[in-house]
Amino acid sequence: MWYELSKEFTYVTLGLEGKFADALHFFIYDTAKIWFLLITIIFAVSFLRSWVNTEYVRAHLQGKSSLYGHVGASLFGIITPFCSCSAIPLFLGFIQARIPLGVTFSYLISAPMNNEIAIAMLFGIFGWKVTSIYIILGLSVAILGGWLIGKMNLEKEILLDVKPMEGELSASLVKLTFKERTKEAWSYTADIFKKIYIYVMIGVGVGAWIHGYIPTDFIASYTGEGNPFAVIIAVLMGIPMYSNAAGVMPLVEVLTSKGMLLGTALSFMMAVTALSLPEALILKKIISLKLIGIFFAIVGSGIIAIGYLFNIIL
Amino acid sequence: MKIEVLGTGCAKCISLEKVVKEAVAKSGKFAQIEKVDDIMKIMEYQVISTPGLVIDGKVVSTGKVLSVDEVLALIRE
Repeated sequence: MWYELSKEFTYVTLGLEGKFADALHFFIYDTAKIWFLLITIIFAVSFLRSWVNTEYVRAHLQGKSSLYGHVGASLFGIITPFCSCSAIPLFLGFIQARIPLGVTFSYLISAPMNNEIAIAMLFGIFGWKVTSIYIILGLSVAILGGWLIGKMNLEKEILLDVKPMEGELSASLVKLTFKERTKEAWSYTADIFKKIYIYVMIGVGVGAWIHGYIPTDFIASYTGEGNPFAVIIAVLMGIPMYSNAAGVMPLVEVLTSKGMLLGTALSFMMAVTALSLPEALILKKIISLKLIGIFFAIVGSGIIAIGYLFNIIL
Repeated sequence: MKIEVLGTGCAKCISLEKVVKEAVAKSGKFAQIEKVDDIMKIMEYQVISTPGLVIDGKVVSTGKVLSVDEVLALIRE
């Protein structure tokens, strides 16, 4: 649908021809498609989320078995919102409810990695197959990473003395009318869209430029099979880019179409979302540098392993 | 009436505080507004997604920036 509309607009309405028209057509088509998917997916996720808030997740995970805890925390990470600015109350609140440290980390790994913006962008750019692979592998990293951290007895690395609460929290879903849920989901969607639409345009624009002007050999030799360290470099580069996931992903699309291996691309995107420098700086106030280091090392190596595995299989 | 805005200095917490001030001014009521950024105090309210809004010791909202009208409705209750 978007393809035809954008084609009609570029070639007929504006009456353009040639290379510039092709580039413009690509730009309009890609931007419109991604915007549309972003709005639809973010709306759907925030609508679902109007039932479940973080307080509910905490009450639900309290006192559950280790296996249920890790899997449940990772799954809840998909639909609950996560903002690195509320990482501290979330972290301490989980510990306070006697949720094990490892389970808390499963949630802390999964929530930013499976955020709705990343999922919508992936879906818009790479389709449902790559998106499902991303989610499944992301969940595995969250489950295994959290489990490993739990096994290492690092409770003493929490710098604040959190008094465990007594008794059980009662888990209750958020009660709202259908209209209130729709309104809330819509205002959240509009809010996010206003924040990121420009990054999508920039990302698609720069992508279109690379597409047209940078030779394939150049990209393939740095990011393709020619470079055995590509995955590691991609992960390191992804760490400082958290807030720009929406702008980075259209670039990744172009790089893959020019010879970057899919495993490398997946690792890069996971590093962008899961390893966030601002989050680490915030967490430093409540947990030791050692624990942050272990957290980054475990998640980082998990993501790197996924990248290499994929490059070998695909 | 005492209104507390819970948050550790994120952008959303600052917006909520602004909204609350506006709502109180509109309501014409006398209310004491306090910004709570001590994490231990926030924990005591059992709030784990900031910003949180507390009116007279009762948590009325967590994790979102309410609109002026929504806060007004809560104040008038």
